[in-house]
Amino acid sequence: MSDDTPGPDDQTPPEQTASTSGSSHDRPTDVLDSDELSQAEVEAARERERREVSVELGATIGQRFVAAVTGVGLIVTLLAIFSALVIGALIIALSDDATREALSYFTARPSDTFASAWEVVSGAYASMFRGAFAGLGPISETLVAATPLILTGLAVAVPLRTGLFNIGGEGQMVAGGTVAGFIGFWIVGLPTLIHLPLALLAGALAGALYGWIPGVLKARTGAHEVISTIMLNNIALLVLAWILTTEFFRRPDRADPISKSMQDSAMLPEFLTGYRVNLGLVLALAIAAAIFWMMERSTVGFELNAVGLNPNAAATAGMSPGRSIITAMSTGGMLAGAAGATVILGVQGRITDGFSAGLGFEGITVALLGRGRVGGTVAAGLLFGSMRSGGRLMQAQTGIALDLVLVLQGLIIVFIAAPALVRAIYRIRTEGFASGHVSKGWGS
Amino acid sequence: MRLELEGITKRFPGVVANDHVDLVIEEGEVHGLLGENGAGKSTLMNILYGLYSADEGEIRIDGTPVTFADPGQAIDAGIGMVHQHFMLVPVFTVAENIVLGVEKVSGFGKLDRARASQEVRELAERSGLHVDPDAKVEDLPVGIQQRVEILKALYRDAALLILDEPTAVLTPQESDDLFDAIRAFKAEGRSVVFISHKLREHRAVADRISVLRRGSIVGTAEPDEVSEQDLANLMVGRPVELVVDKPQAHVQDSVLRLDGLTVHDARGNPVVRDVDLEVHRGEILAIAGVEGNGQSPLVEAITGLRSAHDGSVTVGGTSIAHMTRKQVLRSGVGHVPENRGRDGLIAQFSIAENCVLNQWDMEPFAKRHTLQFGAIAEHAQRLVNSYDIRTPSITTPASSLSGGNQQKLVIAREFDQPIDLLVASQPTRGIDVGSIEYIHQQLVAKRDDGTAVVLVSSELDEVLALADRVAVMFRGELVGPFDMPVAKEAMGLMMAGTDPAEAMAKGA
Amino acid sequence: MTATMTTQAPEALARRNRRFGVFSLVCAVVMAGVFARVPAGAQATFVLTDARGAAVTVPNIVVNVMPVVLAMTAIVLAIAAMQFTRGFGRWSVWVAGAVAALLVAAFLTWAAADSAVSLIALFRGTIRSATPIALGAMCGVLCERAGVINIAIEGQLVAGAFTAAVVSTVFASAWIGLGGGMLAGMLIGGMLAILTIKFHADQIVSGVVLWVLSVGSTSFLASQVLARDAAAYNTPVRFPSLSIPGLAQIPFLGPVLFRHTIIGFAMFIAVVALTYALFQTRWGLRLRSVGEHPKAADTVGIKVLATRYKAVILGGAFAGIGGAWFTLDATGQFSREMSGGRGFIALAAMLVGRYHPVGAFGAAILFGFASGLATSVQRLPVPIPSTLMLTAPYVITILVVAGLVGRLRPPAAGGKPYIKE
Repeated sequence: MSDDTPGPDDQTPPEQTASTSGSSHDRPTDVLDSDELSQAEVEAARERERREVSVELGATIGQRFVAAVTGVGLIVTLLAIFSALVIGALIIALSDDATREALSYFTARPSDTFASAWEVVSGAYASMFRGAFAGLGPISETLVAATPLILTGLAVAVPLRTGLFNIGGEGQMVAGGTVAGFIGFWIVGLPTLIHLPLALLAGALAGALYGWIPGVLKARTGAHEVISTIMLNNIALLVLAWILTTEFFRRPDRADPISKSMQDSAMLPEFLTGYRVNLGLVLALAIAAAIFWMMERSTVGFELNAVGLNPNAAATAGMSPGRSIITAMSTGGMLAGAAGATVILGVQGRITDGFSAGLGFEGITVALLGRGRVGGTVAAGLLFGSMRSGGRLMQAQTGIALDLVLVLQGLIIVFIAAPALVRAIYRIRTEGFASGHVSKGWGS
Repeated sequence: MRLELEGITKRFPGVVANDHVDLVIEEGEVHGLLGENGAGKSTLMNILYGLYSADEGEIRIDGTPVTFADPGQAIDAGIGMVHQHFMLVPVFTVAENIVLGVEKVSGFGKLDRARASQEVRELAERSGLHVDPDAKVEDLPVGIQQRVEILKALYRDAALLILDEPTAVLTPQESDDLFDAIRAFKAEGRSVVFISHKLREHRAVADRISVLRRGSIVGTAEPDEVSEQDLANLMVGRPVELVVDKPQAHVQDSVLRLDGLTVHDARGNPVVRDVDLEVHRGEILAIAGVEGNGQSPLVEAITGLRSAHDGSVTVGGTSIAHMTRKQVLRSGVGHVPENRGRDGLIAQFSIAENCVLNQWDMEPFAKRHTLQFGAIAEHAQRLVNSYDIRTPSITTPASSLSGGNQQKLVIAREFDQPIDLLVASQPTRGIDVGSIEYIHQQLVAKRDDGTAVVLVSSELDEVLALADRVAVMFRGELVGPFDMPVAKEAMGLMMAGTDPAEAMAKGA
Repeated sequence: MTATMTTQAPEALARRNRRFGVFSLVCAVVMAGVFARVPAGAQATFVLTDARGAAVTVPNIVVNVMPVVLAMTAIVLAIAAMQFTRGFGRWSVWVAGAVAALLVAAFLTWAAADSAVSLIALFRGTIRSATPIALGAMCGVLCERAGVINIAIEGQLVAGAFTAAVVSTVFASAWIGLGGGMLAGMLIGGMLAILTIKFHADQIVSGVVLWVLSVGSTSFLASQVLARDAAAYNTPVRFPSLSIPGLAQIPFLGPVLFRHTIIGFAMFIAVVALTYALFQTRWGLRLRSVGEHPKAADTVGIKVLATRYKAVILGGAFAGIGGAWFTLDATGQFSREMSGGRGFIALAAMLVGRYHPVGAFGAAILFGFASGLATSVQRLPVPIPSTLMLTAPYVITILVVAGLVGRLRPPAAGGKPYIKE
């Protein structure tokens, strides 16, 4: 095993990706020490550089914005969303009774089919848009839905940058929300200024601890984080189900699994009466800003990024991949825990069975859409939040099930996960676009 | 078979790997293909074997044009290839590996394992390449694995055998055995293409030698017609100095000291056994040996990447037993890892980021946990200028650089800091001759600055050219060190496990 | 790659023996301290006869709880002593498993004190719960052996369940429904294959995405279409339970092993067939070579990508059958997210079973047993919440992937796209 190392040039220039074979890298580099040759080498490097999209750690917000707009990333993202909406439209039309009926005599009167489909699809998308953006109420709902998504998205994004795939957002969120909720109803008589931060902090810490477990398992034993986090999700959900049946948690006057209500002093204050958007949003954005500093500006982030891209080189340079893995997973857990806390303390006011409602899993799609970058993840969280809130109005107005949102999200991510697919569909001529491989097999 | 390649051209993004290559291999001929790393030898052979498709050109077998869309077709045409990195499935048995793709089956697609074993045993018997058909490949030493690779080609009755850098993993003595086998194939009427960048080997085994440079054939000759110097000139395109210009060493006090160092692998088996060594300021101590004899774990133990099972490592008088890797490096150790792509660089990071990879959290590059991008850029620009790293800018990702320039980047980072001990593993592997010369000069310069240098290399010529003292690793044990000069033949014998006294006597 | 590398070091073995010894001791303490604490003379009854009446009636087993549990404790203690001193060599893991089995037996005896437990129901329940898990795991084994990580099994199960329900309803045939379920599994397998093999998308990301997508679309269609007209779309014809003549009459074993629907039998057949196909045939050798060293396979003329496509799509068929189990066997209608994470347990079963069909089957049985046990215990007056017992498979899986019972060795090329020039 000791010498089972790939050739020294395996990961170097782009043409090497074409071949996993040997150390003889097939590039003619001559030895003439002339300026001409030096220039040729520089040109070759420039050519290869053009094929890659990369943003430096130190890039400013402006540079990042320019890179995002001019790079292939934004185009692929927009096309992915567009494609998903198109396929979503097909699904809506096909699941509509009237359209299906019209389809049965399609050859006789095709216009009926199209008219009927157009009606149902445009109705659905229009009410979805209204439910997300039309007026203070919808915008408030969008922001309420986006708050936990931003956090669970970051909970996936930070580990993703460290080369880890955190599928445990759901469990970490459950852990965080439950503990925050516990502090929220159990402690009585504290002022908001102490009680609320205490509950939030407790939730974040519980989430961090629940993310720390798979981190330590990965660092110490090589247990693949995807497996251990999936298992921990199930454990958290089962334990929550059990906890809510205990005397201590269960609301005395109810038989179903619902916890006691939060004290008012533990609730996140709302900005405007009548609108649910609350301090949790500000908190989420502030945390996102802190995470941006951590990932793009700090020494910790440098280490996490380095470990994510090449753990061997990071270790060789004196970094500690094990510690980075634990840091990344704990940070991810903390973010998901905070998401749970904002849901319990901001919206629900009590712990219910399944309060996490798949938000932890949705964080995966949010982070993937945001490509693991902080800004992108926040934007993706807002987008998916708007789809959630819009979807509710769509369901109420048109009777099309809210689950359509899940389908749309899934479709968007299919296209994001395989940028080559989007390029193939739309014939975009760009190569070497970073598709962000995270999996390295199950082994350690 | 008589094989002709005409006008073969292959382009990769940014480079032409093969540029109108013409080559004829006669029946029953051992044809040497010589060229330095990156000259396009492997690309050419991969085209011939159906792994790559050529952009232009024609392949003819016995006068008939052929095209191979995949290796299966090349195999059917009678071409066999022994890859530099063995194409063997480690968890399969020898017989399974050999019959893979041409398995014989009984009813219901059932594998006939007994018959496979029997046939492999007979084939091994016939060709003199002895191997146990039922052994698992991962349990076999590399030399034997190579036999399995050759048997794989013979089992398919290859009329033309391509051997890609076959000696890279062998001791000189094992190489001689391989040459005997090659001569036997020739006697059976098979053709052999022998690829290597080592001149000596071509002169030992080839009937004709073609030299490939920058993707083109620059000459074909018979071995006794040309001198090694001529071949070397042909290969690199100008007269090269095979010797490094190196002043007398001024040995000072001891920096690195190993006492009874023993290192175990993950499964608890000793891979470095009871090594004692002392290295001083101002000298280059070279460690030679066939790869996989414990050099990598030894280097990892010295530089704090791996903990010792027994014994001690002291750097500058302090034991590193309880230090982290970071503490070891910061106590004045530089390390050029043997595999720059895997261990030395982060390909997606920019050159600037790679320049501070080992001191990212130190002043002036970071203050209060915040990276100082200005200081980082300044540092990187200085290294790019003073170490002649050829790049469009310091924000270019390291992956865009050529192999030689990537290595210069690693060298620049490790050399441009105050260090007492430098450990360089295979520092010139897989890079162009120009960069090799430059790196050799830098190593000598570092030595003359008063740094203790440990050079680990499997290139015997490099070891002999640079070393002030030399040691050999064999099966985890360190033989030596010996003061230079030591005869090359003696080194070869020791690399194969011969007792040093005997080796010196024979080699001298 | 020096010569002496394959044997494990004695210290590592000793450490492992000690670890197993501690495990046995803890078990013994729990057994003696908790499970033996019953009123003297309390008796446990184990029912061995099926309620449906077998040809031969087997009398119930009635035991005194305390002495039986104490006897089991004694055996465990003896094993612990052995583990601390000599160890069991290559049987170590099996012996540890036996200790765990004794712990469970003691638990069951204790739980059944002054009450009765039907072992037939328990073991039938085990096999039934194991069916979709095992079939999903076969899908996982096939994909991983070919070098494609498949974490979309959950999606394949739910898609299989949905399609089987609808197709079976529309065509009024369980068999056509089963075919529909298989096709749905294969369709998702095919999508996974295209994303990962053709478009080189990350395998884990693709799996997650397809899972989200199939859960989303089936839930959408369930509430959009099925819920509105259940009679037309969601009243599938189910498979009847079949008894194998003769064998089904065997006391105890008969009802447990030989009285299932066709899907239950399909699971057994799948395990045997896949084991044979993977390890005894040319097809299997080639498939495994593609998963271990695709380039080596390529250089001997094996079509790497085609092999992967076929493996992933065929695997989808197994998962599709597993999905059909939910609607054509277990319940007679589709409800959203009805696979309830069984696909992930299947994944876990594959890992615990070390990528071997038989191992994965064993793990599936183990996990099925945990849920069967939870169901059985639910009816008993035991102060242990059954929800917590359901966490057992997950905990076991974490322990296994953490290498606490030996190191996993996945197919070497898993997770990596194979890119040719």
